[in-house]
Amino acid sequence: MAAVKETVRTVEGLGEGYAHGFVTDIEQEFAPVGLTADTVRYISAKKNEPEWMLEWRLAAFERWLAMDEPDWAKLNFPKIDYQAARYYAAPKTDGPKSLDEVDPELLAMYEKLGIPVREQAVLAGVEGAPKYAVDAVFDSVSVVTTFKAELAKEGVIFCPISEALRDHPELVRKYLGTVVPVTDNYFACLNSAVFSDGSFVYVPPGVRCPMELSTYFRINASETGQFERTLIVCDKGAYVSYLEGCTAPMRDVNQLHAAVVELVLMDDAEIKYSTVQNWYPGDKDGKGGIYNFVTKRADCRGDRSKVSWTQVETGSAITWKYPSCVLRGDGSSGEFYSIAITNNFQQADTGTKMIHLGANTKSRIISKGISAGHSSNTYRGLVSAHAKALGARNFTQCDSLLIGKDCAAHTVPYIEAKNAQSTFEHEATTTRLSDDQLFYVMQRGLSQEEAVQLLVNGFVKDVLQQLPMEFAVEAQKLVAVSLEGSVG
Amino acid sequence: MLSIENLHVTVAEKAIIRGLSLNLPAGEVHAIMGPNGAGKSTLSYTLAGRDGYEVTEGSAVLDGVDLLSLNASERAAEGIFLSFQYPLEIPGVPALTFVRAALNAQRKSKGEPEISAPDFLKRAREVAGSLKMDFEMLRRGLNVGFSGGEKKRMEIFQMAMLQPRLAILDETDSGLDIDALRIVAEGVNALRAADRAMLVITHYQRLLDYIRPDRVHVLAGGKIVASGGPELALELEREGYDRYSKAAA
Repeated sequence: MAAVKETVRTVEGLGEGYAHGFVTDIEQEFAPVGLTADTVRYISAKKNEPEWMLEWRLAAFERWLAMDEPDWAKLNFPKIDYQAARYYAAPKTDGPKSLDEVDPELLAMYEKLGIPVREQAVLAGVEGAPKYAVDAVFDSVSVVTTFKAELAKEGVIFCPISEALRDHPELVRKYLGTVVPVTDNYFACLNSAVFSDGSFVYVPPGVRCPMELSTYFRINASETGQFERTLIVCDKGAYVSYLEGCTAPMRDVNQLHAAVVELVLMDDAEIKYSTVQNWYPGDKDGKGGIYNFVTKRADCRGDRSKVSWTQVETGSAITWKYPSCVLRGDGSSGEFYSIAITNNFQQADTGTKMIHLGANTKSRIISKGISAGHSSNTYRGLVSAHAKALGARNFTQCDSLLIGKDCAAHTVPYIEAKNAQSTFEHEATTTRLSDDQLFYVMQRGLSQEEAVQLLVNGFVKDVLQQLPMEFAVEAQKLVAVSLEGSVG
Repeated sequence: MLSIENLHVTVAEKAIIRGLSLNLPAGEVHAIMGPNGAGKSTLSYTLAGRDGYEVTEGSAVLDGVDLLSLNASERAAEGIFLSFQYPLEIPGVPALTFVRAALNAQRKSKGEPEISAPDFLKRAREVAGSLKMDFEMLRRGLNVGFSGGEKKRMEIFQMAMLQPRLAILDETDSGLDIDALRIVAEGVNALRAADRAMLVITHYQRLLDYIRPDRVHVLAGGKIVASGGPELALELEREGYDRYSKAAA
C-alpha cells in the first residue's frame, strides 16, 4: 500500500497545483449584495433588455421564491445563503466591443489562460490548427467574441446572449426556456431570474458551421455568483461543434455557479457539445472552491437529429450536473461521454438523462469517474423509453476508478422501459488503481507519477477520443494535473 | 555484475529470504530452481524493488550500484528488467505506447534524447517479427484479453525492446505450450550477450532444455542450498526437491 499512500500524499498537494487561481485586478461594477426583485431589475436594466425579458425574469424570480433547494443528490455542503452573494459583476465598460477598446488587463488575463481572443491567434504549438471562434465571458458579461463577421457570411449567429436579445429578439424569445422550462428545477429557475450572459448560437438550415465555436467562462470577482445562459439552435440539416471552458481564481469562500444550457435540434441537425470544466476545486482541506449547479439539456425535436455531450470535469468543490437528451424526433440519437475527476474533498454528483420519446431512437453513455483523496464521485443516470419509443436502444458503460482508500465512488442508474421493444444494455465496473499495476509500470522505468498518468489516461481514453483533437491534448494534460501527486 | 550478500527479506512481517548469497557475472545465465514457497518470486520482486518487500539485512549490488537504495523505476533505469510471472493488464494503453513511454523514461533518466517515432517503430517491427507476434496485437490495450502465452511473449518483446543489463525471468515457462516455449526461449537466447546477465527462475527443468544455464542454484527455505552446473537441474527433475526442502528445514 505504500505506493498508494504516497499517491494520496501527492494528491494532497493538489491545491497548489491549480494553475488558473490568479485574480485579475480590474475596475468592476457590482450589483448590491443580496437577491430581490430589484436585483433582477438591475440586471435587466444593465443589459438594456426588452420589457418581455424583464417580465420573464421577474416571473421566474417569483416562482423561485416558492421553491426549495433539492436535497436528493449525494452531496454535503452547508446551506447556501443566497442573500450573501452578488448577482452581477462586470468590468467598467458597456458590453463587448472591438478588441482595441478592451481593457489590456483583460487581454493579458486571456493570454495567461491560453485563450485566443485575437482572431489571428491560433492554438499555441499546434501547427496549422483550425480556426475557432471564441466568446469570452468575464464574470457577468461577455468581453469579446471573435470571428463574428466570418461566421455571419455563412448565416451563423454567434454572439453573447445579451446582444442576441437586442439584435435577434424573435429568435431568442422563440426558443429560450423551451428546453429547460423556467421552473424545471431550483437552480434553473434561479438562473432564469438572474442570468447575466452566455452565448447564443443559431446555425441556419443546411449550414455546416465552418469552425469550432467556444465560450470561456471566467469568474473573477469575489462573493459573486456566475449565472450564464447558453442557447444553441441548430436548424434542419445544420451542424455545429461547440466547446465550453471555465476557470476561476483560488478563494477560500465558496462561490456559486448556476448555469443553464439549452440545445435545440431540428431534422437532421447535429450538435457536438464539449466541456472542459476546470473551476477552482478548493484547497486540500476542502476550503473554498466553486459550487457548480448546472442544468444542460438538448431537445432533439427533429427526426434523425443527433447530439453528443462530452465533458471533462476536473474542478469545482461541488458538481451537480446532468447533461441530458430528449430524443423526441424519430431516429434521433444522443450520446454522453464523461470524465469526472474528484480529489481531496471534492464532491461530484453527475451523469445524464436519456429520454427516448420517438421511435428508433438511440443513446449511448460512457462515463468514467475517478476518485482520489477524500472525495466522493457519483454517477447518476436515467434511461427511459416511453410508450411510443418503439425500437429504442441504449448502451451504458459506467466505470469507476478509485485511487487510495479514503475516496468513494457510487453508481445510481435508473432504467425505465414503457414499451416491450426497447433494448437497454448497462455495464458497470469499479476498480482500484492497484499496487500491482503501478509496480508493473514502474518496473519498466516510469516514475510513480508517470505511471499513474499512464494508467489514468488508459482508463479515460474512450472519452478523450470524443473531444476535438486540439482540446483532447489540453484535456489530457488537465487530467494529469488534477491527479498530480495522487500517487507519487 | 550482480552480487547478493546474506540477503534477508520479510514480507508482511514474515521472513521469506533468510541469508541468500549469489554471484552472477556478466555474460552468464543462472537458473534458480526450488519448490513452491521457497522464496523464488520474493527474490525477483525484491531485486526489482517492489514496495512491501523489506530487506532487513544484507546487500544487493549491480556493477557497484547499491540496488537497495533505489526505487523500482530507478532500478529499471539501471537496467533491471523483470519478466513477470503474471503480467498485468493495462486497459486503454496500447503495448506500443507503453513500451515507448518506458524506453523514453529510461533514456531520460540517463540524459539521452527520446527515440524517434520511425526508429522506434522499425525496431518494434523487427522484434515482433522475431517473436512471431502479430504486430496488430501491439496496438491493442497491453495484455488485455491476451492468453497466458501471449502475455509471456509480450514480456519478452518488452525485454528485447528495453535491452536490460540484468534480466530476471520469473516462471516464464508457466502457461506456455511447447511451440510458444520454443519461440520465447529463442527470443531469450538471442538476448544473451557478454554485457548482460540473466536470472532464470523456474520450478521445472523443461525451460532449461531451451535456455541452457551456466549455473543452477537450488533455493529452499529462503537461501541457496546447492549450486552446480546444468546437470543439477536434471538431477532435480529426477529426484525432486524433497532432499533440499528437508535440509533447509
